[in-house]
Amino acid sequence: MSVRRIFARPARFAAIAPYVWMVLFFLVPFGFVLKISLSQTAIAQPPYEPVFDLTAGWTAIRAAFAALGIDNFRLIASDDLYVFAYLRSLTVAATATALLLLIGYPIAYGMARLPKRWQAVAMVLVIVPFWTSFLIRIYAWINILQHDGLLNRVLLALHLVSRPVVWLSTDTAMYIGIVYSYLPFMILPLYATLAKMEPALEEAASDLGAPPWQVFWLVTFPLSLPGVGAGVLLCFIPIVGEFVIPDLLAGSNSLMIGQTLWLEFFTNKDWPVASSAAIVLLVVLLLPLLLYERLQRRQLEER
Amino acid sequence: MTDELPRTNAAAHAAGGDSHPAAGEPLLRIEGVAKTFGTFRAVDGVSLDIKAGEFFALLGPSGCGKTTLLRMLAGFEAPDEGRILLGGKDVAQALPHERPINMMFQNYALFPHLTVRDNIAFGLKRAGMARADIAARVAEMVALVKLDGLEKRKPDQLSGGQRQRVALARALARRPQLLLLDEPLAALDKKLRESTQGELMQLQRRLGMTFIIVTHDQEEAMTMADRIGVMNAGKLAQVAGPRELYEAPRSRWIAEFVGDINLFDAESKLRDGHRLVVGTRDAGKLVVAEPRQPVGESRFSVAIRPEKVKLSRRGPVSEAGHETAINRLDGVIADICYLGGTTTYKVKLDTGGMVQASVANSARLDVDAYSLNQQIVAWFSPDDCVVLPS
Repeated sequence: MSVRRIFARPARFAAIAPYVWMVLFFLVPFGFVLKISLSQTAIAQPPYEPVFDLTAGWTAIRAAFAALGIDNFRLIASDDLYVFAYLRSLTVAATATALLLLIGYPIAYGMARLPKRWQAVAMVLVIVPFWTSFLIRIYAWINILQHDGLLNRVLLALHLVSRPVVWLSTDTAMYIGIVYSYLPFMILPLYATLAKMEPALEEAASDLGAPPWQVFWLVTFPLSLPGVGAGVLLCFIPIVGEFVIPDLLAGSNSLMIGQTLWLEFFTNKDWPVASSAAIVLLVVLLLPLLLYERLQRRQLEER
Repeated sequence: MTDELPRTNAAAHAAGGDSHPAAGEPLLRIEGVAKTFGTFRAVDGVSLDIKAGEFFALLGPSGCGKTTLLRMLAGFEAPDEGRILLGGKDVAQALPHERPINMMFQNYALFPHLTVRDNIAFGLKRAGMARADIAARVAEMVALVKLDGLEKRKPDQLSGGQRQRVALARALARRPQLLLLDEPLAALDKKLRESTQGELMQLQRRLGMTFIIVTHDQEEAMTMADRIGVMNAGKLAQVAGPRELYEAPRSRWIAEFVGDINLFDAESKLRDGHRLVVGTRDAGKLVVAEPRQPVGESRFSVAIRPEKVKLSRRGPVSEAGHETAINRLDGVIADICYLGGTTTYKVKLDTGGMVQASVANSARLDVDAYSLNQQIVAWFSPDDCVVLPS
């Protein structure tokens, strides 16, 4: 297809644009990382070998290919450190996502039931934190949670505690940070599904004898499942790889995989192992995504 | 339609408009019900009795409050004033799921995640019915609305007509004392709408259930309902059977809303025995029968339905002695609108006004059809005129 015809058909161009994007900014970098993950660490610049040199001729490239191996993946599978980091990441992400759903659903539901003009205001209020840098907001939490921070002062003033509570460097602080940061990503898809739901459906359910809690469980919630799925994925996947929040708010006794990765890259300078860890993380994250897609496709086929 | 008329009128007279019924309590009594949204008075003091087994239509233009009234009966809105008595018990503040009333929604509101069977069974399960009984009732409903073989489909795998049937079956499944239908046929095309009207009427009679239908379509209301309540600006303007509503509208607004009508504003009046000679600006002197309620000194109009206006080239064929009593208007044909079964002619009168006449096309080849600008005589009997207060 000639360039002219592509531009003559904007719809077709729009259809290939995401693929071009994916190839350029995902597939090509992924290729680099995959290659490094199969290399060996070396005291060199760059810190791994073999290095492909296209000018060195055919035999040299073949030799470089032969030098690639899966030793790093074996290491990751055999070392408890990585296995625990993955497990901790998944546990933290699952717990945080559950908390986000519990907190985000009522908020989204409330928003969707507001009068139309107030819905826009509520929407802005949900998005407004994005206007401040994420990092600054996490540092603000450090301020609030520290020994003589706002939270402890309020608790002391209300006589709820007799001496300051240790918040910083605990899992509680990390969960507060994660839930706070990701809440909009849970609320927005939920709100979108709930707001476009026909109010007559809930009325029909109550007309047919369902008390309010049954109306919710039998009609509202099942119909909001696409929004729940989207919100859960939008939160779960980035939380698994989260680095900044656990690094700043949680203790250092157990690391999430994002922190482990960072250590391998910047402290140990072991790029190949770090790359392998990143590849494994990607595979781990692809699984729930594929599962979700399968589910959605099955729902579509049922229709 | 014609064989419905005696029953329809009997029902209308027995119920006697919105006054108290002669014998027994009505199934539903609406007493001075009002509802205000902000500063807008959507329903403004409506009182109405509906007997068990009646097919009642609430008719009115959009925004007249008919849907709000229906929603108050279903329990989705609580009235600000007044009582709603169902079988003698005030249900005005009861929640929707506590009322033995079911509703068929305008866009059906079928649960998209449930099959046809589960949609119909939804209300039965909420009532705590035994599984075997639910299955039997669903099968009965499916047969009743002729949905056999579609039980396992989801709503979006159904046609508009099929969805409408599922909605009806779902609303009927609990055998409610009262079924509310909110514009139930609005989403169907004309042919399907007409056949469904007939089916709804048969169903209602067979089940002996009480139906209240909300519609903006006067033909639909006339065809189906025993009685019609015409609403305007939150108030019930008239409650009557279809024939009474059409032939004896209580006000000028109703006469214009229900069907087409020619209206002539009266300027003077003279009594002539049991007739009234009315002077009008647009149509000269018109002779009308003395109205049941004397007009007194108030302003009024003379109204005549287009199908009661006859046209001829030379004036009325005289049946000895009657000619003086006949209203004769001379004019020219200004517009012709062929509608298939009938043709509507607009006649520009020599006196300045316009009169519309609807003529049945009783012959296929009408060599005698009138043509544009033709001199014509429009005439009608005094008994066909209605006197309406302005």
